[in-house]
Amino acid sequence: MKKLVTGIVGSAALLMSASVGSAATLDDVKAKGEVACGVHTGLAGFAAPDDQGNWKGFDADFCRAVAAAVFGDASKVKFVPTNATERFTALQSGEIDLLARNTTWTLSRDTSLGFNFTGVNYYDGQGFMINAQKLPGINSALQLSGAAVCVQTGTTTELNLADYFRANNMEYNPVVFQGFDETNAAYEAGRCDAYTTDQSGLYALRLTLANPDEHVVLPEIISKEPLGPAVRQGDDQWFDIVKWTLFAMIQAEELGITQANVEEMKGSDNPEIKRVLGQEPESKIGSMLGLENDWIVKVVGGVGNYGEVFERNIGQESPLKIARGLNQLWTKGGVQYAPPVR
Amino acid sequence: MASQDTLHASDPARVSWMNDPKIRGIIFQVLVVAILSAAIYWIWGNTVENLRRANISSGYGFLNGRSGFDVSQSLIHFNADSTFGRALIVGLLNTVLVAVVGVITATILGFLIGIGRLSGNWLIAKICMIYVEIFRNIPPLLVIFFWYLGVLSVLPAPRDSIGLPFGSYLNSRGFFLPKAIWEEGAWLIPAALVVAIIAIFAIARWSYRRQMKTGQRFPVLLTALVLILGLPTLATLAAGVPFTFEYPQQGAFNLTGGSQIKPEFLSLYLALSFYTAAFIAEIVRAGILGVSRGQTEAANALGLRAGPTLRLVVVPQAMRIIIPPLTSQYLNLTKNSSLAVFVGYPDLVQIGQTTMNQTGQAIEVVSIWMLIYLGLSLSMSLFMNWFNDRMALVER
Repeated sequence: MKKLVTGIVGSAALLMSASVGSAATLDDVKAKGEVACGVHTGLAGFAAPDDQGNWKGFDADFCRAVAAAVFGDASKVKFVPTNATERFTALQSGEIDLLARNTTWTLSRDTSLGFNFTGVNYYDGQGFMINAQKLPGINSALQLSGAAVCVQTGTTTELNLADYFRANNMEYNPVVFQGFDETNAAYEAGRCDAYTTDQSGLYALRLTLANPDEHVVLPEIISKEPLGPAVRQGDDQWFDIVKWTLFAMIQAEELGITQANVEEMKGSDNPEIKRVLGQEPESKIGSMLGLENDWIVKVVGGVGNYGEVFERNIGQESPLKIARGLNQLWTKGGVQYAPPVR
Repeated sequence: MASQDTLHASDPARVSWMNDPKIRGIIFQVLVVAILSAAIYWIWGNTVENLRRANISSGYGFLNGRSGFDVSQSLIHFNADSTFGRALIVGLLNTVLVAVVGVITATILGFLIGIGRLSGNWLIAKICMIYVEIFRNIPPLLVIFFWYLGVLSVLPAPRDSIGLPFGSYLNSRGFFLPKAIWEEGAWLIPAALVVAIIAIFAIARWSYRRQMKTGQRFPVLLTALVLILGLPTLATLAAGVPFTFEYPQQGAFNLTGGSQIKPEFLSLYLALSFYTAAFIAEIVRAGILGVSRGQTEAANALGLRAGPTLRLVVVPQAMRIIIPPLTSQYLNLTKNSSLAVFVGYPDLVQIGQTTMNQTGQAIEVVSIWMLIYLGLSLSMSLFMNWFNDRMALVER
């Protein structure tokens, strides 16, 4: 009997310790040897596996940048595909260390969900896409009264949609799906007249449709959608690492440090570049975060600066050809701005 | 233990309390209850602690918050200003709706196919067998997808809707029917229907008594048919046809007006009915085969014809075998309705998921799901048990 009781208490204690996550995410990540990064199940340009199964995209590269900062090796990422409804529980439960999945930064998500958003890696806005072949003459979202609209559940999109149609006194018929693929299939099958999500997503989706040229994205942008990576609340060190990885990529672009020239930039005479790349004597650029001092070299060497990652995945070098727009550097008319790395 | 045995050695007739089955039973039950409550207490405490640590707010207060989203199909009034609590009620009603109509259709279909499989007609028996074997061996989700995507992609766009009799239309947005707009005096029609039903029950009772007394029979079925069709028709004419129809019209995007049955509901309803009917058919077949052949022969020997033999001798006995497994098929259908999320039918699970995502209250929503499905299943079981008791053969 005594043995049994000891056994029960022992296993309970074991469960208890296993279920309570350790506070230091950095230590956990280092022990695992990889960053578990929650990404989209397959959104072209942002995160989607290619024909060899390698994850490609803007968000996927951000995951790699964090891995490069922590390990000095951009390949040490475990990509965890999550759908719109799973993503938050995956982060809350500790299944992933970092969520980089087209997630809109909102007040309630920042507070009651127990997350911290580490910045905005893509300024987006919600739009509508229609099949111009089937609906000739529609060139504004304000003409959509009475339309059936496909939307994914659990998104800010769903709420903006309701607000927009109410504000404009228009009727609509929501067709709500849980999965990205089911929503796309229903739109393609003609179940809905319009598809709504962030404009970046619409452009990405359009390319995957059978006849992309038949579909047009309407000009109206009905919401602000600042998309950014998120981490769990309560671990400031990890929050700082992810936040400054994004800032470092933006800073690198500002300073003209690219994936190709980062090694030779290490010898630059510019004191700012030397500081950012951790080449100053007694540099604390990394140790203040719990990283190596040349971590920014590894980040830029691993994935490139912000502009390179943007152009390669969703910009002019990609099939999506999304213009930089708001995502241009602040020096060039956009709003991407990094606090000083010092 | 050994020391206790020696203590009682002076009284050989008394058994050690350790070996008394009654006391042992109590001890083990107390032990199980204690371990169970300790486990629940620990899980509860651990959850609360982890939620607090992760800075996740908890509690059921979110149910009173403004939902902010719209639902495509709702039996009660709902819009984005309604609360999350009301949204979950909408979901529950949608689940109940698809479960109830699904159970009715599956039962009718299942009985027909089950009896068809026993038919002497080779073609009917084989068709029924193929039906059962196909649907019993496919996962229900695939059947739902077949109905949703398979049928959706074949049906034409709203502009080329297929016109059906009585001003109804079929297109990729669903099935459109004319809607009756009731006018003054319309209450006469449902009232007539109620009167007809009461009259049928009274006539059935009277005819049974008369048959017991005199042996004479009365054509109850025919009378019932005449009453249930005739009385409402008379009432309609008497009130001067108190309704008009609103027909579906071609709108900018879709047919407007009339009532619309959405493809999400149709595909889920048809898939669940067809899938479950295959299982019910097998249960019905087993029930009928379970009545020994001697019963039929005895009835024939008494001079009963085939119809009364089936109705009075075979079916009542078969029902005893059929009802208990039928209950679990009904429960399966109800629970399978949660596959609605894959076709976007706003059932309890789908709306719960939306709520979970907008509020982040995963544990609370999951607990509501579990409670509601448990409640649905238990009430259905209770009803079927009551029905079973009524149908069970009373031995005299």
